[in-house]
Amino acid sequence: MAGDTLSKSEYISHHLTNLTFGKLPAGYERVSEGHSHVLEQAQWTLAHSAQEAADMGFMAVHLDTMGWSIALGMLFCFSFAWVARSATAGVPTGFQNFVEMIIAFIDDNVKSIFNHNNPWVAPLGLTIFVWIFLQNTMDLVPVDWIPELAKLFGVHYMRVVPTTDVNATAGMAIGVFILILYYSIKQKGVGGFAAELAFQPLPKWALPFNLFLELVGLIAKPISLALRLFGNMYAGEMVFIIISLLPFYLQWTLSVPWAIFHILIITLQAFIFSILTVVYLAMAYDHH
Amino acid sequence: MEASIITLAGALIMGLGAIGAAVGVGILGSKFLEGAARQPELIPMLRTQFFIMMGLVDAVPMIGVGIGFYILFAL
Repeated sequence: MAGDTLSKSEYISHHLTNLTFGKLPAGYERVSEGHSHVLEQAQWTLAHSAQEAADMGFMAVHLDTMGWSIALGMLFCFSFAWVARSATAGVPTGFQNFVEMIIAFIDDNVKSIFNHNNPWVAPLGLTIFVWIFLQNTMDLVPVDWIPELAKLFGVHYMRVVPTTDVNATAGMAIGVFILILYYSIKQKGVGGFAAELAFQPLPKWALPFNLFLELVGLIAKPISLALRLFGNMYAGEMVFIIISLLPFYLQWTLSVPWAIFHILIITLQAFIFSILTVVYLAMAYDHH
Repeated sequence: MEASIITLAGALIMGLGAIGAAVGVGILGSKFLEGAARQPELIPMLRTQFFIMMGLVDAVPMIGVGIGFYILFAL
């Protein structure tokens, strides 16, 4: 529901601002509640407005994104480890059944795509799938619940869906990109990898053209991974925020169908991210 | 004047994005049904591939909707 004092676009921007921790330079003029003061020396602090967050530059940390993604990652690790330790050989029940289902599902998909000997790829796919799924699921929590709760504790900005922050998705995609480079070089050697980049679609005389084509293809992998997930979740979150501008007795007419449709999207995007990771790693293993 | 141009821009982003993806997903769905009718035993495999491709195609208009809503309501 729209706040009483905020305008619509202020309400939306407020929901799209991260809790940012960063360094403000010396001489920076901070404006808060009508009066301003000038910082005498550079200061590490929390941003009080979107403008301050932008002025913090590159070396700023989004505490909410970090906090929620790490918390959800730990939830995934500890719950799955707990199930693995207490697993029984008999007929599985309850949560163990569910976990076995997810692992079997990922395992089947990885087996059909990745035909090389590497014991880390399936766990990687599982981690990516469940972690992103959990992060995306935060989208289904009504948009005002957690920010309002955080406001009670004096935290003014809170974005609860880590995947609506391009930093989180780009971070994951860069991790995948490093793995692609690592396994390409490990399998083919530096020379083999370079040859694959330089001598590929066309014969050797077209080396610059080949190099350009292949490098663009290589760089496009992490960028498309990151932006696809970010764009989908950002759009979904945006729609939820717009819906929450309606009067509260009308919201369910739009938010319930969108939430039901969104269950498909969050699962699909988590699945696509993990499957594409496995596909890219399989491509890194393949010799041409 | 400016507000109406922004509204038009949002409409164009969402509408044009939807056209391409709708055609794409339509072709994809028809081929999926065709394949499923020819070889019903392949349906589970086809369905997985279908959803992967649909997610890839679907991303573009979804991002368009997000950007469109952003410039319509928040800008």
